Amino acid sequence: MNATLFAASRVSALILAVAVAVHLVVIIHAVQQGLTIGAILSRTHGNWAFLVLYGCFVLAAAVHAPIGLRTVLAEWFSWSGPLADWLLLAFGVLLAVLGLRAALAVFLA
Amino acid sequence: MLELEIWRGGAIGRFQTYRIPTREAQTVLDAVSEVQRTEAPTLAYRFACRVGMCGSCAMMVNDRPRWTCRTRVAVAAPDGRLRLAPLRHFPVVKDLVVDMAPFFAKWQRAHGRFEPGPAPATEFATVPPSTPERRAADAGIECINCGVCYAACDVVGWNPDYLGPAALNRAWTLVNDVRDRARAAARLAAVTGPGGCQSCHTHMACTETCPKAIAPTYAIAGLKRQAMRAALAGTR
Repeated sequence: MNATLFAASRVSALILAVAVAVHLVVIIHAVQQGLTIGAILSRTHGNWAFLVLYGCFVLAAAVHAPIGLRTVLAEWFSWSGPLADWLLLAFGVLLAVLGLRAALAVFLA
Repeated sequence: MLELEIWRGGAIGRFQTYRIPTREAQTVLDAVSEVQRTEAPTLAYRFACRVGMCGSCAMMVNDRPRWTCRTRVAVAAPDGRLRLAPLRHFPVVKDLVVDMAPFFAKWQRAHGRFEPGPAPATEFATVPPSTPERRAADAGIECINCGVCYAACDVVGWNPDYLGPAALNRAWTLVNDVRDRARAAARLAAVTGPGGCQSCHTHMACTETCPKAIAPTYAIAGLKRQAMRAALAGTR
């Protein structure tokens, strides 16, 4: 792994640590308050803080997961090289598109 | 009696069982030597100093890499059974002897050698013991090249290209050696990239097993930090 990928992996992990913590706290809070889907969506609709948080969450995951998978594929299956890198890049883009689409859908709902 | 299962053969071989008397303060190396002298004269194993300085007697002792000259049988095999095998991740030459060449080749790949620069120093270097660089170098300088950390490291097994804890620890001591005239960027480049310091998963098996109580994991973490700083600064 080169130093740039390593830095990207560590910085994205840092963002994920914060985002996952906030995500879990909000879920627990919502469940304990007994909020309905409608009540939740009314809070997230047009909420820029929500969109920025989950946008960062999704992008960090889209960066972090392919880098980790790249190591797993290389170490466990001895598979590396340009084809693996391109497929992992595509996987990262897929994660980003699906995740941002979901976050945007909740933001606009 | 002490029962020893000892690997016989090369990469392909089998364990053979021997029995010798248990003795007071017996080390694993003592036991191997007694087996060779009384039961198996063709048994190949390696040792030199017998006092924990040369780093040549390491082997797998009950599935854990250890220096055998300083390992008491009573500690390694309280039940009186020893299973001895050549060090993991090394090509086997014969029985308990491994080929250390790939291990030292990685030291060279990691620039694990002191570089004095084009002109020899004319004065003795003064390196105050309290400086952070000296402390960092001191922490890893007592390595005896025994290969225990290399055998303990799972990443070496998964990624044969990985430089390994010993070579990276050596590189870190040199990064912190103020007398060294190698370009820092060149040494960081040597330990970065495929098989470099970033491949370490921080399992700490090297630190757990090092007979000299060195912590290669921290050395590798230091290299990761410096390499990341260099990457962010755009110097490599």
